[in-house]
Amino acid sequence: MIRYVKRFSRTERTLHWVNALCFFFLLATGLILYLPSLAVAVGRRPLIKDMHFWSGISWISLLALVALLGDRRGLLRTARELERLDTGRLNMGQKVNAIVMASFTILFFVSGLLLWLGERDTRFRFASTVVLHDGLMFVALALLVGHLYLALIHPATRHSLRGMTLGEVREDWARVHYPKWVSDTESGA
Amino acid sequence: MPEQPAPRRYGRGLFLVTVAGGLSSLAWGKSVWGHVSKAVGPAESLVPLVPTGGWRIYTISGSMPGFDPASWRLEVSGLVQQPVSLTYAHLRSLPRAEQVTTFHCVTGWSVPNVHWAGVRLSDVYDLVRPLPEAGGIQFVSAEEPYVDYLTMQQSLLRNVMLAYEMDGKPLPREHGAPLRLIIPEMYGYKNVKWLKGINLVPHAEDGYWEQLGYDRDAWVGRSNGYSS
Repeated sequence: MIRYVKRFSRTERTLHWVNALCFFFLLATGLILYLPSLAVAVGRRPLIKDMHFWSGISWISLLALVALLGDRRGLLRTARELERLDTGRLNMGQKVNAIVMASFTILFFVSGLLLWLGERDTRFRFASTVVLHDGLMFVALALLVGHLYLALIHPATRHSLRGMTLGEVREDWARVHYPKWVSDTESGA
Repeated sequence: MPEQPAPRRYGRGLFLVTVAGGLSSLAWGKSVWGHVSKAVGPAESLVPLVPTGGWRIYTISGSMPGFDPASWRLEVSGLVQQPVSLTYAHLRSLPRAEQVTTFHCVTGWSVPNVHWAGVRLSDVYDLVRPLPEAGGIQFVSAEEPYVDYLTMQQSLLRNVMLAYEMDGKPLPREHGAPLRLIIPEMYGYKNVKWLKGINLVPHAEDGYWEQLGYDRDAWVGRSNGYSS
């Protein structure tokens, strides 16, 4: 019989999928605004601009809402896990990815707000805002491609997707990839 | 009993360094990016550093105006002795001027070395003969309600052009086909795209973006909150 171990809580999974959904929507609308060929094909710039702006506001609001209404104590525990860049339930790459994306969320939000405000008031206008917003997009896109490859394609790691959808992963798989976590869980640590 | 070392907070450190680095880039991002693109400049024609050639396409309405060479006209009227309605062929038969200039957007991006070809406004003025009281020029876009103005003096600056070619090709639709205003000394929002009319008026007024709070005299580096 296949045994499973619980890897991600309901709050963690909700946070992940809210983040993913909003990120894809922002990426799609953002690319329409950014790439001339898409801008020509799609048109409707004022509408796309509004959609991009309000989905950015929704992104941050929904993340805050999930964190507030969900298992706050569990999230704090996860945050403490991320402090140590070793392999427990998460490996170093996953931790770095999560931390960098969290800081990018702040930076996307601040630079996006500055772009929006700068169009309305010169006090918020900086020549480098657009460089920051675009640069974040390029780095985040590279991280996303790597993340998708490992979660969906790479045979050794793609089982981890089950953890982020159903919450559980196969125990034998976890024992190979995260031996310390499994033994800690078994000993009740 | 040996003392336990305090747990190192790598995660928090990485988070704070990334946020601080990102925020500080508001001060240095553009100049560093400028150095990077200059350094890879020669290779960039083979492999572009960014997929857009540095351009962003800004529009204010739902769809971009189209261009039909048979029916397109440029109406030049207002305070002139001889209003004209130029066909595309007539426009192309006027004396051709060329220039290589940098295009600056007020939001912070620039595209260096853009090769423009088109017509000087002085050659258009020779056709219509402005009246002495014409102190401002209104540029009307087919993308309604976009208009902008220059003073007569600004419209005669050395590199001001009605451009119908960009980088050796007819002006692409997203850049304002078939004709746009180019005034490299001012930010892009003064460089009206999809030109369909030029009206000579008593004096320059506020255009589309100026009515939303932008400076009427949009000198690069010396307006809209920037100082160089």
